[in-house]
Amino acid sequence: MTATLADFGIAFGRVAFVMMFILNLGGLLTWVERKQSAIMQDRIGANRASIFGLRIMGLFHPLADAIKMLTKEDFLPARADRFLFKLAPFVSVFFGLVAFASIPFGDTLRVGGRTIPLQAVTLNVGILYVFAMLSLGVYGVMMAGWASANNYALLGGQRAAALMISAEIAIGASIMGVVMWYGSLSLQDIVRAQGSLLFGWIPKWGILTQPLAFILFLTAGIAATKRIPFDMPEGESEIIGYFVEYSGMKFGMFAMADFLETVVIAGLTTSLFLGGWQVPYLYEAGFRFPWGGTLGLPHLLVVLLQVGAFSLKVVVMIFLMMLIRWTLPRFRYDQAMRLGWLGLFPLAILNIVLTGAVLLAWGSHP
Amino acid sequence: MGVVAFVVIAGIAVGSALGLVAKRNPIHAALFLVVNLGAVAVLYLTLGAQFLAVAQVAVYAGAIMVLFLFAIFVLIPGKEETGPDPRRSYRIVALPVGAALLALLAAVVVVGTRGAGSPAPAPDGVESIARLLFTDYLFPFEVTSVLLLAAMVGVMLLARRREG
Repeated sequence: MTATLADFGIAFGRVAFVMMFILNLGGLLTWVERKQSAIMQDRIGANRASIFGLRIMGLFHPLADAIKMLTKEDFLPARADRFLFKLAPFVSVFFGLVAFASIPFGDTLRVGGRTIPLQAVTLNVGILYVFAMLSLGVYGVMMAGWASANNYALLGGQRAAALMISAEIAIGASIMGVVMWYGSLSLQDIVRAQGSLLFGWIPKWGILTQPLAFILFLTAGIAATKRIPFDMPEGESEIIGYFVEYSGMKFGMFAMADFLETVVIAGLTTSLFLGGWQVPYLYEAGFRFPWGGTLGLPHLLVVLLQVGAFSLKVVVMIFLMMLIRWTLPRFRYDQAMRLGWLGLFPLAILNIVLTGAVLLAWGSHP
Repeated sequence: MGVVAFVVIAGIAVGSALGLVAKRNPIHAALFLVVNLGAVAVLYLTLGAQFLAVAQVAVYAGAIMVLFLFAIFVLIPGKEETGPDPRRSYRIVALPVGAALLALLAAVVVVGTRGAGSPAPAPDGVESIARLLFTDYLFPFEVTSVLLLAAMVGVMLLARRREG
């Protein structure tokens, strides 16, 4: 097996696409957050940043934010654990970035006799990989909380740990139903299986086959992003939280990590429940409608449609999560714990039992 | 290249294990253990055991160690290192127990590699592990679940609200 320059180029391209996708989307989310909330609250929202008089709906604000954060004083508390204090934001962002690696953004691209899988890493345990990376992200928050030598920060770190564990259990248990249904731990396989049709015309997306798991996963997923209504590690009106001692870009990185996790959860929800890159009735050779019509399309256009569909679904999921974030108030700490352990987790177990019973009654995978 | 990767990863694993033992600060020690678990997971990955590697990270590094850190946060507040060890005399036992463990591991390695090389890696890690778990190793698997259940009942008993 000799790797040529083209192989390296392809591998680099796959990784670069995913990195650009989530980094840009994550950066853009700071703008979406402001503008969407402004529209929801009947305000105008951030629109002052301008380059040569151009404002384009405040789209320059992420840029202005970044410049502001990079030029602010980088403060280090006197009693802080210097190494961990500096390491923590990087840990947070790192696991947010790598988690997306095994989420497929398209099927395969055939160019010049090569078949390129459209995901950064092809893992046959892809779903567990995303899950593992998400769960490691909490170390950044815990390290920040502890290294700051500040009791409020420590409280934030503790809350983050407890929240993460309760969310993780619910996420793990709710995706089990999906894994049982589609019979694979590979995200690409799960997405492919969602391409087949139920009763000949309904796309077999996870949201239809596993509706309970969808609700449980989305709830636990939002909890895993530590954003409202699950932002008690932060809780700016009570403890300010794990990043109370952080300033400048290090603080920005924690905010960034939350956005990255939002993108990852949206991507995972899309892959598990919304058919991933699947476009209804679109197959390799083009559209084949259940009412008989066909529409042939070139390979490249099919791939573009699929990648576009995936991106669109991710954006819609993020929009929904933002909508929830600006609608609900924050849960109290004990309420979130109760929801995780006494609400989501038992329901997820019930979902596993129900899925198992249906699969057993059906004989095999329907 | 495989050898270089192994030496680097193994070095990280051994170094972090030493850090775990040597650090007096419990948080640092726990974080070293996380690094160690991650390094061992990468070793699994180089052997083609994707499922084992990811499960190791998700379960041990992602869940159990988070709980460990949480417990340390709650029980040992502040940045101060823990005071003198109240069970200092127990350390005498450490050397013979450690030596026995080392001998046991060495014996396992020697016996395990004596045959005609290591077995070829299974094509799909998850399915072969599942098959083994529910056929050859069903009994230990079920015994483990009973053990976990007993631990859960024990925790509930300890944590329940006492009257009066």
